[in-house]
Amino acid sequence: MAKAILQLGDLTCPSCMTKIQKAVQNQDGVSDVKVLFNAGKVKADFDEDKVSADQLGKVITELGYEVKKIKVKEIA
Amino acid sequence: MKFNIWLQKHQNKLTAVIGVLIVVSLFFTYLIKMDLVANILMIIASIMGAIPIALHAFSALKNKVISIDLLVTIAVIGAFIIGEYIESAVVTFLFLFGNYLEQRTLQKTRSSVKDLTQMAPTQAELIDDDGNISTVDIDDLDAGDHVVVKPGGQIPVDGKIVDGTGYVNEASITGESAPVEKEDGDPVFAGSLIDNGTITVETSTVGEDTTFGKIIELVEEAQDSQSPAARFIDKFATYYTPAVLVIGILVWIFTQNFELAITVLVLGCPGALVIGAPVSNVAGIGNGAKNGILMKGGNAVNSFSHVDTLVLDKTGTLTTGKMTVSKMDSFGTDKNADMAILSAVESNSDHPLGRAITKFVANEGIKDLPEMPELDTVKGQGMVGTDDSQEILVGNERLMQNNGVEITPENRKAIDARLDDGDSIVMMAINKEIRLIVGVNDELRPDAFEGLTALKKAGMTKIVMLTGDNRLAAQRVAEKLPIDEVHAELLPEQKVEFVKQFKAEGRKVAFVGDGINDSPSLATADIGIGMGTGTDVAIDTADIVLVKSSFKSLAHAYILAKKTVANTKENITIAVGTVALLLLGLLVGVIQMASGMFVHEASILVVIFNAMRLLR
Repeated sequence: MAKAILQLGDLTCPSCMTKIQKAVQNQDGVSDVKVLFNAGKVKADFDEDKVSADQLGKVITELGYEVKKIKVKEIA
Repeated sequence: MKFNIWLQKHQNKLTAVIGVLIVVSLFFTYLIKMDLVANILMIIASIMGAIPIALHAFSALKNKVISIDLLVTIAVIGAFIIGEYIESAVVTFLFLFGNYLEQRTLQKTRSSVKDLTQMAPTQAELIDDDGNISTVDIDDLDAGDHVVVKPGGQIPVDGKIVDGTGYVNEASITGESAPVEKEDGDPVFAGSLIDNGTITVETSTVGEDTTFGKIIELVEEAQDSQSPAARFIDKFATYYTPAVLVIGILVWIFTQNFELAITVLVLGCPGALVIGAPVSNVAGIGNGAKNGILMKGGNAVNSFSHVDTLVLDKTGTLTTGKMTVSKMDSFGTDKNADMAILSAVESNSDHPLGRAITKFVANEGIKDLPEMPELDTVKGQGMVGTDDSQEILVGNERLMQNNGVEITPENRKAIDARLDDGDSIVMMAINKEIRLIVGVNDELRPDAFEGLTALKKAGMTKIVMLTGDNRLAAQRVAEKLPIDEVHAELLPEQKVEFVKQFKAEGRKVAFVGDGINDSPSLATADIGIGMGTGTDVAIDTADIVLVKSSFKSLAHAYILAKKTVANTKENITIAVGTVALLLLGLLVGVIQMASGMFVHEASILVVIFNAMRLLR
């Protein structure tokens, strides 16, 4: 398991948040997603064998949001 | 999808173009009377505006979310179909322009926390095994790496100094802005600054795992952890938005009035409602963060605002916890010799009182301490040492009484004078005769009176002090402060009982402590407030952490919590009131689609501006 922290551009509408949350959640291998609306961050726990952090970034980009930085941390 | 991102990036320019088109079009309509040109311009403006909104609506819909964008898209397309080009163009423009203003003003409410996150270190000067220095991103550092920090530089990691000395400003972690001297082996924290000196630091933790990283994470997550009111509205909005769509359709079916139906869609937008409560929270928590008050989310803010009983620990909370000897009265013949004996005994103790005494004696220039006999500790009383020539007793009055030491009227006078100052007392007797009476003072925090008075004024009806200390000393401290109740000579588990008892009486209790030995009380109270440095313990167990250990900041936190909750209520009232007024306006026929959109966007700005008052 790993945790991805994606820094996005500013989020302005609360519905963007639900949208991103659901889109990332629906990816295979993603277990826990937290969207920090005010900090413009997405934190997701995912299974590296099934999906990559870059793929999660791509999902968000396709929704129309800029992904500025992706960070991955190994978790037990 | 590239187009999608392009639109996102250039949305502001697009909005400006639409605005210009509308103005030019109105010019053609009213001044030149060329309706055809005017209509064409409005059609272009509508299409340009509708595309980004529709794309948003569509991508939300793909994820099974019915968003505000969808309501607006349908309304705009509807207006377009029935030939209301002015309405459709103006509505899209107002919606986009409103989004732009919302974005700009939201940035302001988030600025306090942004400032904090921007203080987080990003780069470090890494020393490799050969002693070469290179600049690296902090993400590339591991525990054990050595980094060098130069004067004026920022310490990039948590770790300890392995080489060099320097004066470090740790304001971002402890709130204390006076530089602290640090040398070999001392711990340093990421985010603090070196005033002068160059040090090499061995990394222990990096990035999010450092104390500073945890503080940032706490505040970031706090801003998004909503108050009960905001959570209710969020939930409400997920049903409300689809409900508006259904109502729009019902209106169309029953009245056969298409224009009315699409107007309902625009008027029903939950704009100010969904943004109103969270934005108060963000601004309130942001203000706190700027002032060294870390509130763990809307729940903590909400509960703290309802607190009426403040329970304080004495040592280390009301007082600085730094004990100093205030006076040493001598009743023997050779004061210096007695002090040397006292210090020799106390050097075997790691009690705070003992440490204060050995430090005081050393500062008096007495460095040669006599050899001591074997010492026995009498729990809660002091220490006893006996050999052939003498019996030495060091401790409190009970120890003296239990060992048959006579306390003379002169002794009594000295003791009472110390107690009057609120000091703790240590006595030394040799062969049943009192030689020294020492008063040890734990200094009150300088702003305790001011802070507690402000708290009282703000609605804290009961302030209680709990302490393990001597009853008299506790009483003296309490007398100087606006404290209603004192309970002394308590064990930590008895402190918890008091917290439980107040809660059982129906009071809302906040407990303030340093988080080290009073975490049970912190956890039991309705709100646990960690005072002291931003240590891991306090960050984890407390609901609110005061980075600056001051009572002024405690009072500020309480008042801020109350204001934030009041602000949330105001915003909800404004938002609900707006929708109600709009519907009323629609019924009496003074509100159309475009003017409805205008009022909506205005109400969103009003709630944001209202929340911004919290930043001051």
